[in-house]
Amino acid sequence: MASHAHGHKVKRYSGLMDWLTTVDHKKIGILYLMAGGFFFLVGGLEAVLIRIQLMYPDSNIVNGQTFNELITMHGTTMIFLAAMPMLFALMNAIIPLQIGARDVAFPFLNSLGFWTFFFGGVLLNLSWFAGAVPDAGWTSYVPLAGPDFSTGKGVDYYVIGLQIAGIGTLLGGINFMATIINMRAPGLTFMRLPMFTWAIFITSAMIVFAFPALTVGLVALMFDRLFFANFFDVANGGNGVLWEHIFWVFGHPEVYILILPAFGIISEIVSTFSRKRLFGYSSMVFATVLIAFLGFMVWAHHMFTTGLGPVANGLFSIATMLIAVPTGIKIFNWLFTLWGGSIRFTTASMFAIGFIPTFVMGGVTGVMLASAPADYQYHDTYFVVAHFHYVIVGGLIFGIFAGLHYWWPKMFGRLLNETLGKITFWTFFIGFHMTFLVQHFLGLLGMPRRVYTYLGGQGYDDMNFISTIGAFLMGIGTIAFVINVFVTWAKPRNASNDPWEDGRSLEWTISSPAPEYNFQQTPLVRGYDAWWKEKMEGKKAMTPAEPIGSIHMPSPSILPLFMSIGLFVAGFGFMYDHLIIAVGGLVITLGCMVIRSLFDDHGFHIEPEDQEKGVQA
Amino acid sequence: MSAHDHVEGQLPHEPEKATLEARNKILGFWLFLGAETVLFGTLFSAFLALRHNIGDGPSANELFQLPLVFAATMILLTSSLTSVFAVQALHNHNKKSMLGWLIVTIVLGLAFIGLEIYEFLHYIHEGHKFTTSAFSSSFYTLVGFHGAHVAFGIVWIALVIGQVLKKGLTVVTAPKVYISAIYWHFIDVVWVFIFTVVYLMGKVAG
Amino acid sequence: MKRLLPLLTGLVLLLSACGREDLSALNPQGPVAQKQYDLMKLSIGIMGLVVVVVFIICIYVLIRFRRRKGDNTIPKQVEGNHTLEIIWTVIPLVLLLILGVPTIKDVFGLAKDYSKDKNAVQVKVTAHQYWWEFEYTDYGITTGQELIVPTDKVISFELAAADVKHSFWIPAIGGKMDTNPGSTNRMYLEFPKEGVFRGKCAELCGPSHALMDFKAKAVSPESFDRWVAAMKAPAVMPADAELAEKFTSQCLSCHAVGENGGNSAPNLTGVGGRQTVGGILYNDEAPTEQNLHDWITNPEAVKAGAMMPSSEDTGLTDEEVSSISKYLADYKLDY
Repeated sequence: MASHAHGHKVKRYSGLMDWLTTVDHKKIGILYLMAGGFFFLVGGLEAVLIRIQLMYPDSNIVNGQTFNELITMHGTTMIFLAAMPMLFALMNAIIPLQIGARDVAFPFLNSLGFWTFFFGGVLLNLSWFAGAVPDAGWTSYVPLAGPDFSTGKGVDYYVIGLQIAGIGTLLGGINFMATIINMRAPGLTFMRLPMFTWAIFITSAMIVFAFPALTVGLVALMFDRLFFANFFDVANGGNGVLWEHIFWVFGHPEVYILILPAFGIISEIVSTFSRKRLFGYSSMVFATVLIAFLGFMVWAHHMFTTGLGPVANGLFSIATMLIAVPTGIKIFNWLFTLWGGSIRFTTASMFAIGFIPTFVMGGVTGVMLASAPADYQYHDTYFVVAHFHYVIVGGLIFGIFAGLHYWWPKMFGRLLNETLGKITFWTFFIGFHMTFLVQHFLGLLGMPRRVYTYLGGQGYDDMNFISTIGAFLMGIGTIAFVINVFVTWAKPRNASNDPWEDGRSLEWTISSPAPEYNFQQTPLVRGYDAWWKEKMEGKKAMTPAEPIGSIHMPSPSILPLFMSIGLFVAGFGFMYDHLIIAVGGLVITLGCMVIRSLFDDHGFHIEPEDQEKGVQA
Repeated sequence: MSAHDHVEGQLPHEPEKATLEARNKILGFWLFLGAETVLFGTLFSAFLALRHNIGDGPSANELFQLPLVFAATMILLTSSLTSVFAVQALHNHNKKSMLGWLIVTIVLGLAFIGLEIYEFLHYIHEGHKFTTSAFSSSFYTLVGFHGAHVAFGIVWIALVIGQVLKKGLTVVTAPKVYISAIYWHFIDVVWVFIFTVVYLMGKVAG
Repeated sequence: MKRLLPLLTGLVLLLSACGREDLSALNPQGPVAQKQYDLMKLSIGIMGLVVVVVFIICIYVLIRFRRRKGDNTIPKQVEGNHTLEIIWTVIPLVLLLILGVPTIKDVFGLAKDYSKDKNAVQVKVTAHQYWWEFEYTDYGITTGQELIVPTDKVISFELAAADVKHSFWIPAIGGKMDTNPGSTNRMYLEFPKEGVFRGKCAELCGPSHALMDFKAKAVSPESFDRWVAAMKAPAVMPADAELAEKFTSQCLSCHAVGENGGNSAPNLTGVGGRQTVGGILYNDEAPTEQNLHDWITNPEAVKAGAMMPSSEDTGLTDEEVSSISKYLADYKLDY
């Protein structure tokens, strides 16, 4: 085997086929970014339509049905198809570089994860064209989402689209856990990992243990809807509250799956742009683990008004409040990282610093919501809407914007334009607070969420108007970012290895963008902030842990694309009762799995003489 | 260290862990089983929440026949043991013995599936259909998910046998044998829980 | 800017005071809402303190430690500080304890069961797409859309839904409780002040979720007794025999007046005296008769997804609709 492997010719593609078959984590990261960014724009458009409808009382721009479709698709799209993929984009682009690895543990599965997410998202959004759009909210509570009260195909798109997209997320979670456990460079012990890597490690673990619950919930709902099962059908002994439990057993950890990576991004950026080591690194790690752990035992705080009784409500109140402690630790650690530092204001650091007070505001309303008796008033009102947008937009989306501006040169070899970046920041930041701060008060004044209209004269008019104007501003900020992307694209690729000059971790030791094989020689890590440590000792590069040699790479493959198309086809087969199509789709997927198993991937080698020119185009 | 440093005949003691790719696969697979545990845990929870809601259908106590289920349990437990023998043979680099035990494992798995199909058909005859009640829906979903896992395992092990026959016992095929064995143990453990929670509790505490 | 925004919205809030007396959770009109409001104030106080501390540190840091042009010094690399870290672990714990104790006290206090209490008024609430049914089990009467309660008694609610999940909420009187299909929930409320309070459905229940409002009218004990008696009195049917016949065959198959009719749609006894038609058409904005006419002619246009057929479907002529509207608008209870 040793003899013929080197001579093994692997077909290498270019152009579109390169993107369809790639197993390179950096390219997959870009694919995630493009797809997630696209869905972010779709979800944003839905949000603007929602706000236009609510701009004035008694408005009739869209009717109740369309409005319910908009809110359902806005929530589902933003969480599953925009926020998570954009996080996966940063994970893919950066994690292997931060740990000094040449790729992830499972490059093939990485590609499969992207394509299943992509086709799940496409399937979900095709509902707009099929004229049957999910309309029971992103939580799809039964019986409203059950077969008796949702007779169209709308919720089927939700169930099957999310099921397919969920496979991709689960694969990603397993992949990144295995990558971080097994693929770290020599010397890079767990307590030397960059904070972003730690955050992704914990996030991945949460994905692995939370997503299967959603899988089961969606299967049960699908069986109820398509095969007349009785999981949630009260008339036949089913139980609607069971769906709430299953959904939130997944759904609450999901919230932390979204926010922990943002915590990681903020930690990196705050530290880099204040030229200081992250304050209280070990307590940060501890806090992250604790948040994840507690995140699994607080799901019922979404159900305080469901009628679980005082004992459950009391326990879940206290458990929820406890999460404030590790979160507070993080906030103060960031502030004291900045303290005594030398803070440089770039778009990335402004988003990161803007994140801190904004997230605190979202966090404190979280503690307020944790107090069950008060939550009887807040629950399902605009107060809740304000709260979760503060943590998800003010937390996660600020974090993603910060991360994108920060790592853009590492992903694309070019720095984003700072002027446009600052326009993005200020419009988005001001627009955000305008949109959501007033919504707290709307909720307290008695405005329920998910209402398509409201009567005038109830004290809601002015604040709804302000909120809508804020949403327009956020839209302008987003457009400024998109313009920035295109403007930057047209510029020459000239970013240096360490374009911010204060980089601290391994990704800043290699060229921007990274070569196909990432590290020509695996680096030897001698401490936390590996690259900073070397720089401070006057070194210009990391000490290599191995001699220059032939680098083994995995082969590209079209199979992940076909497997995902198979699931996509099967999904339609199930939805429209064509069992043959459904089985056909599954046969495609399983057939590709068999092919993958039968034909070993020998990969290919990049020889030292080719490595210099291997810096990819 | 890559897959290509080893040549058949010079296999290390644990050939399934000889390469980084293989170690990644084994670790990744354990993580996958963690996810599977949550999956079955949720299915069990749903079943436990709904098992008394039998509607017009027969109850668990009327339905289940422990001797048949006990036989199925013993068959599956034995198959777990035979897959252990297969992995032992793998460690001894005894390809022939390993293949033999894998084939025995598959045959026992098929016997289990056969009994399960017989059992389901019998229940349907008794009026315990998938759509009868919340109890029946959650029962068939839980036990059916497990059955599908067994069926998938049978096909998988059969493919692994084919690959070992064709490519021999190498550092590439060894992890496949090993991982399919872990999987087989896992679905065996799940069955022990199903036997206890679904059948014994249905019969005793029903 | 970060400071300016809360200020601005504070101003807006000030302008609208604490919201309408009959609607806002910030303007409690009963002991349940009052308890919840007290808890809110406590938590806002504690959390406001946290926000202020963070903002001050944040602003100070941003001003004090910004990088000056050409400054290339490397700041001291600090690993952490155990004393500080212990402080910001312990202080939040203490703050949470201060909030946690009253939380637990109220969780159990508000869960008090009055279902066996002879002095409480027992009301069974059934939520429908998109209307509310109130059954007074001790009195054997049922009404729809407008809950009438006495000011001197605890009202003990038993809540359930007939179709999908809804949530029963009268913000000025107390927090919400979900109405689940297939199981019942309990809660109690008190209405010490006379007045009409706005109630809302707080769980997405379909296209007309936003329109599923109801009213809770608190009246004096004497007035309540008169209302109960009036509800129990024989129904007033349309005077015209032909119209009465039409009303019985077309309306009372689902609705009821007094002892006559069905129960799959809101009870219409005394409907002319209610604040709204269909929960959402206000009788002080348009004449009751007009609202009724609009509603009966085409309910779908008012509340999409409502079960009630249009006059076209029921075969009522415009004239008949007008007569029925007039009859219903005049059908008021004296209490």
